[in-house]
Amino acid sequence: MEFFERFAIPHPSFLIYMAMISIVLGAIVIVAGITYFKKWGYLWREWITTVDHKKIGIMYLIVALVMLFRGGVDAVMLRYQLAMPENTFLDSQHYNEVFTTHGVVMILFMAMPFIIFFFNFLVPLQIGARDVAFPRLNSLSFWLFFMGMGLFNLSFIVGGSPDAGWTSYFPLAGNEFSTSVGTNYYMISLQIAGLGTLMTGINFMTTIFRMRAPGMTLMRMPMFTWSALIANVIIVFAFPVLTVALAMGTLDRLAGTQFFTTDNGGMDMLWANLFWVWGHPEVYILILPAFGLYSEIIPVFARRNLYGYTSMVFSMIIISVFSFGVWTHHFFTMGQGALTNSVFSITTMAIAIPTGVKIFNWLFTLYKGKIEMTTPMLYAMLFIPLFTLGGVTGVMLAMSAADYQYHNSMFLVAHFHNVIIPGVVYAMLAGLTFYWPKLFGFMLNEKIGKATAWVMSIGFVLAFIPMYITGLDGQPRRGYTYSEVTGYSTLNMVAFIGSIIMTISFLMLVYNIYYSFRYASRDISSDPWDARSLEWATNTPIPEYNFAVTPQIKSREAFWDHKYGGKDMDLFAGQKIERIHMPNKSGVPFIMNVFFFILGFCLIFSIWIGAIIGLIGVLGCMLHRSFEDDHGFYFEVEEIEEIEREKRGAIK
Amino acid sequence: MAHVDTSKPLEYQTEEGRLKILGFWIFLGAEIMLFATLFTCYFVMEGRTGNGPTGAEIFEIGPVLIETFVLLTSSFTIGLAVHAMRLGSKKATVNFMIVTLILGAVFLGVEIYEFFHYVHVGAGITVSGFTSTLLTTLGTHGLHVTFGLFWGISIIIQIVKRGLNPITANKAFIFSLYWHFLDVVWIFIFSFIYLKGML
Amino acid sequence: MKAKMKGTLFATMMALSAIVLGACEPLLVLDPKGPQAQRQADDTMLLIYVMSAIVIAVFTIMAVMLYKYRASKQSPDYEPPHIEGNMLVEAICIGIPVIIVIFLSVVSVKSNYIVEAVPQGYEDTEPLVVYASSSNWKWHFSYPEENIETVNYLYIPAGRALEFRLYSHGPITSFWIPQLGGQKYAMADMETVLHLAADQPGEFMGRNGNFSGVGFAENTFLTTAMTQAEFDEWVQEVHETAEPLTEEIFEELLEPGHLGTSTYTGTHLEFSPPPGPHSPVSERDPNAEVGHE
Repeated sequence: MEFFERFAIPHPSFLIYMAMISIVLGAIVIVAGITYFKKWGYLWREWITTVDHKKIGIMYLIVALVMLFRGGVDAVMLRYQLAMPENTFLDSQHYNEVFTTHGVVMILFMAMPFIIFFFNFLVPLQIGARDVAFPRLNSLSFWLFFMGMGLFNLSFIVGGSPDAGWTSYFPLAGNEFSTSVGTNYYMISLQIAGLGTLMTGINFMTTIFRMRAPGMTLMRMPMFTWSALIANVIIVFAFPVLTVALAMGTLDRLAGTQFFTTDNGGMDMLWANLFWVWGHPEVYILILPAFGLYSEIIPVFARRNLYGYTSMVFSMIIISVFSFGVWTHHFFTMGQGALTNSVFSITTMAIAIPTGVKIFNWLFTLYKGKIEMTTPMLYAMLFIPLFTLGGVTGVMLAMSAADYQYHNSMFLVAHFHNVIIPGVVYAMLAGLTFYWPKLFGFMLNEKIGKATAWVMSIGFVLAFIPMYITGLDGQPRRGYTYSEVTGYSTLNMVAFIGSIIMTISFLMLVYNIYYSFRYASRDISSDPWDARSLEWATNTPIPEYNFAVTPQIKSREAFWDHKYGGKDMDLFAGQKIERIHMPNKSGVPFIMNVFFFILGFCLIFSIWIGAIIGLIGVLGCMLHRSFEDDHGFYFEVEEIEEIEREKRGAIK
Repeated sequence: MAHVDTSKPLEYQTEEGRLKILGFWIFLGAEIMLFATLFTCYFVMEGRTGNGPTGAEIFEIGPVLIETFVLLTSSFTIGLAVHAMRLGSKKATVNFMIVTLILGAVFLGVEIYEFFHYVHVGAGITVSGFTSTLLTTLGTHGLHVTFGLFWGISIIIQIVKRGLNPITANKAFIFSLYWHFLDVVWIFIFSFIYLKGML
Repeated sequence: MKAKMKGTLFATMMALSAIVLGACEPLLVLDPKGPQAQRQADDTMLLIYVMSAIVIAVFTIMAVMLYKYRASKQSPDYEPPHIEGNMLVEAICIGIPVIIVIFLSVVSVKSNYIVEAVPQGYEDTEPLVVYASSSNWKWHFSYPEENIETVNYLYIPAGRALEFRLYSHGPITSFWIPQLGGQKYAMADMETVLHLAADQPGEFMGRNGNFSGVGFAENTFLTTAMTQAEFDEWVQEVHETAEPLTEEIFEELLEPGHLGTSTYTGTHLEFSPPPGPHSPVSERDPNAEVGHE
């Protein structure tokens, strides 16, 4: 019996039991549904074993949307708990678990897969490649990420969720003060998912460096690809720091080491430093690709080229370098003295300069344009003012002396939501709407889409602007309750209403997908927005090999010039179809990650035998990969011609 | 696969091979960050010995010198293996790789002895902030070597069975990069952990 | 239409802030009662003005662009030109932010040295040293010179410099009295120092600002500033009435949970010494080290 007790939830409540039942029922329905419709084979052949960057991208997208839902439910619960003083909807422990999982899910399991979806789907198309450099590794990355995500979400129903905040500061997260397995889940699931992200970083750096179509010099790359390149460089250099921090945290919890303990020479501040040496660049891993998407969308609907391409590129490079030199601003109040604080205060404010350059460049892209306010453009135009607001409050937080008053308050919470939601989430939704026709062959409804953007923005303003005010009034973040006399109740109620409105906008998004799926015209061209970059030069739906012939790049806006730039700018002129080499499918990455899941799960509960079995499985799969002789397969010329004829392709 | 450019060394002849080499270099970049982080932590934690011993009290010069000598030599022999591969000698390649792996195994053996020694003198991994960081840093390097041993064996088997071709040569070359990297990390460990600790 | 909707949005926002700022008590951070909080409030207001100017500039440029260059206003055959960029425009876009950042950097550095030192105007007073240590989920205030200790409430003399030495008996916490000055962490393995002062007698909310587990939300204390004479009187009274703090009582106080206020003579510093002032730089300041990566 004792063996099984550890799997119980330490702080059960009615809500958790309800959620458990719904998760179990949901799982049964899905499994039964797949069995009933005999889709297991299809799932295995077309998705689980796929190495196609487009399909892997779509799987990332699905996970991101599901996690957006989960993190969103968490958020509404948090806001409801705080809507009234002395509310008893959640108790303290439950509230702590909810805000911890809200943070981790939204950053690592929603925003990250969302941007990696765009990396996967867009980068090979934008550079005119067949796939990524290592398709098999790409599949491995996804399944690592997926199993990390699965493991983290399992904490909810088996053993208890982490409760030390998404930053998981020690010693609070150590064995002494955090006795459930929650923090083990945090350490190990993030480790597994982080490995996947690191592999993604290596894969996309190699892809972008080596697989660009002929003629595409670095300074002719589409802006999203530039942002992806820089974000992946940051991934490669930042994630190992997280790997080390998590490994140390795991050892502290499972093996009794003394890294972050409070006696025997342990140092709790080391965790904070390592976490933010990774954590701050991580923010830029999220925001730079979002900037890249805006840089793709705004020129298309301003009907003009992007203003200041060169300065856009250099500002991103400068941001990426600076992102490694500002982490101390997350704890100005740790007592490192005026000098250190001054240095990091200045480096932090300096980041505002390249960011400002980007804002102005987007604004000047509108100059002399012919602006069409489509849904993606509307998101972008709502992004600029809202993000500016978040940016300038960031400069306020960068003033270290004044930060002593903002730190750990709702002001801070308001700030980072104010940059991440308009910055990242709007970009993801704008990008999703923009690329939806390329992904699925029909467009999302414009009316519902625009309404969604407006409702979301109204909800956003109502939800987060009040937090700036209560923060300046001394309301700390992460407090599960407050008393009537503090006077925070009105504004917190407003914030709750805002979160409900944001929820409505999410439902509108879902409805839009349903509505458009039912009613939207399937008779659209492969370039419905009259866009400018190479990804629109493929057919819709995109054939597995992307481009039948390799495009020849002659300018920055290759596809726009292909359409309007006359004969010399033709992407495909004089090209003959040749046989195309493609990688084989493989189930090994999935199987390997099933073992990773077993390994992780057993480590979390200190079941050493299971962990060893898991580890042997993982190594066995690697060994199998090493000995496997996989030469891929070929699309023959006739096959390609056949496919292209069917799709009424760009190659006439 | 489509194009085999025979003007280049074997491991660089296919596009796939070239991509793998570049990808591996990037991976080594990540590894450098990993070890840099560990070293930084070590420098921070070096003096935080709590109730446990300091570095000067537990480091033994003998085993460390053996480890250093063995690993440096193995780095040389893996270089010879790649040289032999360029000359197209399958037998010499395999032999030099076997020598490399044997030296690696000796290194690992001495390191395991060293770890037992630390536990024996009361410097186990749970003793203090210093010992935790020291043994984690050394252990991470040791795990890399262990992984390298198994990886190297699988490559040797492949070369023996399939001969030297662009694929196996590519694997052996990447393995040599990995092995050299571990050697460089060891030089840092030797200088900044052992020498600095003993002086 | 667009401009109108945006207008509505901002009107709502402005109205909202106006209601809040007007109807309620002034916000704690902007209602300083001591020199450090005053400096921070001044910086905050300065920042709000400068940042508002930037926000207004961006909003204006955007509104003009959206109004002037919208498609419905142009002839259907209008072809937007190709514009690469303009050195002068971009230099201005970089130059102005650089000037703003330099200006703010100067302010920031000055403020850093001010909040990290004895409060301005109080250099002549002899600082009152108070050890503020946190345990789950309480605050212990030890007055070594007065030889008394309180739990969960803080009495201080107004008009005199205060030197708080902060540390924790558990997780990282943050000592924060918004109206007297910003917060600073209290940690188990390092003592931090926070300089504050209260200009006038009064009562102020104090709390732990850093999440520290289940009891975090209620981890607050009331700060009362009084005249030096009243303070001396209080100290006197404590010595006459309060029990001595023994190691046993203190161990009991450290047990996780919430407690009301209590007062003792003697401090726990004698039998449970604090982690001590800052250790040598290499150990104390991990940033200096980690920065070399």
